[in-house]
Amino acid sequence: MANNADKDTILCRCEDITREMILECIAEGYQTIDEIKRVTRAGMGPCQGRTCRLLIAQELSRAYHVPMEEVLMSTFRPPTKPLTMGALADAWLSEYDGDAAISGRAIDGKEGGNGE
Amino acid sequence: MIRDVEVLVIGGGPAGLCAAQAAAGAGAHVLILERDDVPGGQLVKQTHKFFGSERQYAGDRGIFIGQMLVEEMTNHPNVEIMTDTTVLGIYEDGVVTALKDEQHLKFRPKKIIVATGAAEKFLTFPNNDLPGIYGAGAVQTLMNVGGVKPADKVIMVGAGNIGLIVSYQMLQAGVDVVCVVEAAPNIGGFLVHASKLRRAGVPICTGWTVKEAYGDGKLEGVVLCRLDEKWQPIEGTEIKVACDTLCLAVGLTPLAELCWQAGCHMEFIRELSGHVPVTDENLMTSVEGIYAAGDVSGIEEASSAMVEGRLAGYAVAVSLGYDVERAQKEVEAARAELVELRSGPMGGKIRAGLAKVAEKRGGASC
Repeated sequence: MANNADKDTILCRCEDITREMILECIAEGYQTIDEIKRVTRAGMGPCQGRTCRLLIAQELSRAYHVPMEEVLMSTFRPPTKPLTMGALADAWLSEYDGDAAISGRAIDGKEGGNGE
Repeated sequence: MIRDVEVLVIGGGPAGLCAAQAAAGAGAHVLILERDDVPGGQLVKQTHKFFGSERQYAGDRGIFIGQMLVEEMTNHPNVEIMTDTTVLGIYEDGVVTALKDEQHLKFRPKKIIVATGAAEKFLTFPNNDLPGIYGAGAVQTLMNVGGVKPADKVIMVGAGNIGLIVSYQMLQAGVDVVCVVEAAPNIGGFLVHASKLRRAGVPICTGWTVKEAYGDGKLEGVVLCRLDEKWQPIEGTEIKVACDTLCLAVGLTPLAELCWQAGCHMEFIRELSGHVPVTDENLMTSVEGIYAAGDVSGIEEASSAMVEGRLAGYAVAVSLGYDVERAQKEVEAARAELVELRSGPMGGKIRAGLAKVAEKRGGASC
């Protein structure tokens, strides 16, 4: 199915995933956007699939002869864009500010049980 | 800390600003969250004049409509605008999270109006990642917001309104616009925009597409080819055209991920250019209290987005019990304006799309 041109055609710009790689996934039997995402990372970059999602859906539609209306969409979860762990940690700490027991435990990691 | 909000408007573009204007005008308290550093959405770079009627600011340039709305909302005692704020999620319990200055914020709104707009579509052809290949939105931003000449010699792909308008604006900026390439057999945009380009000598090639791009490290040109009536490339029609920039204006698709997250009933509606939330006559989605207005509920002109925003804003005001009699009249007036904007041959596609939405809604509710 794939040809030379597909090697140079980008579907997911964020993760540099080519049309060839997507068609290979389909040839191996992957049937959904989420499956292809898990094996290639297509849609996991900064834009979170905003560009490639429909392009991959079109490839699936073509390969499996399913109209676009019926191509299964990926699961949408927060956050809509990547954010730092620090931003989440700061939010958590400020929320529990004053509750030394909780924030202390989180910082010490004493509950972590990391095999000491 | 979770901040309580009466009406949360997500997106400060034409739909969001008009939604805020309506809801706050009726007495509600509104918080607008805007991802960009300035509100206004795409209006900030639209230097062309709008169509429609007086109520939709026809004859004004988009940029001035945006400035007027932003100024009014900035000074409105019931409205707060937070810029540089990206909404990250809408959760099952109705909590909305956002990121501002690396801070993770939480809100608990009574009503949400999703006015997140659209994203540009991309095209697949070999070497489509060469530097020099842009979306039309980026070119328009460089030119009309940044004051940067975006190219020396450009080929535009797409003869919809965006492709036509941005091509003309590039001519005005002194860019050599080689041609506008359009895969469809007809020009999709308003003929008034197409005529301006034709008068300036720019060919609009319908039934043509980009076969591939070429260049060493950056774009040096493209190979164009003709398409048959089944949209398949016709062998032997390839021509090489030199250019330093390829501008893609191949359509927009609704930016509806927050509606997906919120669990709204979504459908792929071809005529509305992608997956849209199924809304009722008040633009409320299938999730109680979450509304969708503007391009997020189907790609249309900015004029329609503004009227949809107004409709949703007043509908929210009615549901919260603000100035109910007048707000209800405004809801009905906005509905009538939308019917008028969508009448005529250019509105055929939208009407077909909305008919499908109505059908899906009927099917889901019984």
